[in-house]
Amino acid sequence: MSFISLLWVLLLGSLLGLELIGKVPPTLHTPLMSGANAISGITMLAALTLIVKAEGNVPLLIIGSVSLGFALFNVVGGFFVTDRMLAMFSRKPSNKK
Amino acid sequence: MNLSVIIKFVIDLLAVLLLALGIKGLSKVKSARDANRLAAFAMSLSVVGLLSYYLGTSGIAIQSWIWIIIGSIIGSLFGAILAKKVPMTSMPETVALFNGCGGMSSLLVALGVAIFPISNSVENLDFFKSLINEVSISVSIFVGAITFTGSIVAMAKLQGWLSTPGWTQSKVRHFVNIVFAVASLIAFFDLINGNTSSIWLLVIVSSLLGIGVTLPIGGADMPVVISLLNSYSGIAAAAAGFVVDSQLLIVAGAMVGAAGLILTQVMCKGMNRSLVSVLFGGSLSAQSTASSGSGEYTNITSCSVEECALTLEAANKVIIVPGYGLAVAQAQHTLREVTKKLEQNGIEVVYAIHPVAGRMPGHMNVLLAEADVPYEQLKEMDVVNPDFPATDVVLVLGANDVVNPQAKNDSSSPLYGMPVLDVQEARTVFVIKRGMSAGYSGIKNDLFDLPNTSMVFGDAKKVLNDLIGELKDLGVGEK
Repeated sequence: MSFISLLWVLLLGSLLGLELIGKVPPTLHTPLMSGANAISGITMLAALTLIVKAEGNVPLLIIGSVSLGFALFNVVGGFFVTDRMLAMFSRKPSNKK
Repeated sequence: MNLSVIIKFVIDLLAVLLLALGIKGLSKVKSARDANRLAAFAMSLSVVGLLSYYLGTSGIAIQSWIWIIIGSIIGSLFGAILAKKVPMTSMPETVALFNGCGGMSSLLVALGVAIFPISNSVENLDFFKSLINEVSISVSIFVGAITFTGSIVAMAKLQGWLSTPGWTQSKVRHFVNIVFAVASLIAFFDLINGNTSSIWLLVIVSSLLGIGVTLPIGGADMPVVISLLNSYSGIAAAAAGFVVDSQLLIVAGAMVGAAGLILTQVMCKGMNRSLVSVLFGGSLSAQSTASSGSGEYTNITSCSVEECALTLEAANKVIIVPGYGLAVAQAQHTLREVTKKLEQNGIEVVYAIHPVAGRMPGHMNVLLAEADVPYEQLKEMDVVNPDFPATDVVLVLGANDVVNPQAKNDSSSPLYGMPVLDVQEARTVFVIKRGMSAGYSGIKNDLFDLPNTSMVFGDAKKVLNDLIGELKDLGVGEK
């Protein structure tokens, strides 16, 4: 990938992010923040790449592994906690009727 | 073109699409839960795509597998356990902690690549390419470190492990932070000039900058800071994407970064604060000690639970104002029992939700939803404010700053300008509170001195339990 096309990717990704969230009800501020936070753990892919490309370099393998651990802590924990919050909202419609 | 290259391309495209749909869905109540799962699915898909790509091209060494498995199991396990165990009241701290770890991950990736250049970055190292490589490594380290230390400080402050040191409220902190910022810039240029050892300087100074910027912020501003740091962790991920040449990482990181920025803006609006004043204005509490913190209460009326029950029984319309104290006391279920009794007696009950009640926007909604409070009874501030004059009783439960009339009347107050709930317009206001201590902002609450306000001292849960007993004695809710 050339640098220029990566810059295009960055630009379009940012524009997409700006467009995605227009009006958010206050109820969803916390879950949205925590969900987006889980997605930012996507650096786990970078950590994986690091480990795969380490070619037996042990210190690099360890750095990659620790980084992967941190990222997955973010991803798994983030999605679970968001689901826990949202589960409370979705229970309501059934109780209403 | 190799087949696995095509497969990865398709999977990446699909993952980006699903992530975008996920973020979009998370902003609507109905679709939020499915959207969260969709995003989680997209993330696992992206991992499968990456691993299958390497399996199909360079192959993955056994040794790599071992370290991948170790890292994944430990990280996922701790994440899952924490997510399941943590009480709903400490949600903001938890999000901050997760966020910090995401930043740490980006920081480590960049650090690893910087110390041990991996194969694809040493090949054809023309000047332009190596420059880009170093810039993206520096940005990843800089933003990652700020995200990490900033989030950890935010978490520690919310947990009450850290208080706001006095010096951080003086002008000194701006000077200190500028020194850190300039030092990071020096380290940055030194690094690009080929001096690899200055990477450690960059790590240290940007970590300190993260602490220096977050430490002075306090009070109701904390959620905004967490949201901003969340946006940073997206930027850090995008920078890491440049480091390892991954478009998926760049798109996802940029999306989170931009969406986080919008959310931060929305939250600031809810509190009538600008982002600049949140970041550089210092904490509300420290200013208040100088201006209006000295005020003494002169006209406190305290009353018993019995009187409170009698007044409630005679009411037609009751508004409940929940706050952080309710979350701490875990009294949401008890509160629901009280309001059920009132409703059975034909009394109209509504919950007034201030945008920043609790420690995070949406905090109260989550809490009350847990106690099965119907969604339609939760009213936002703008909707409920005109209703207060026609309300018989307002029950303030563990809320403080969000019902302080100073924000409207006293231009010298640090709270001035913040939108508040006009509870004082109601006929009677009961404030259930453990003691006379000030709210999170540390400011005296003029509401408590008003003649139509009565204080019911005690733990929210205990008072509400007593209230249920009293209401029972009065025959409320038992037809």
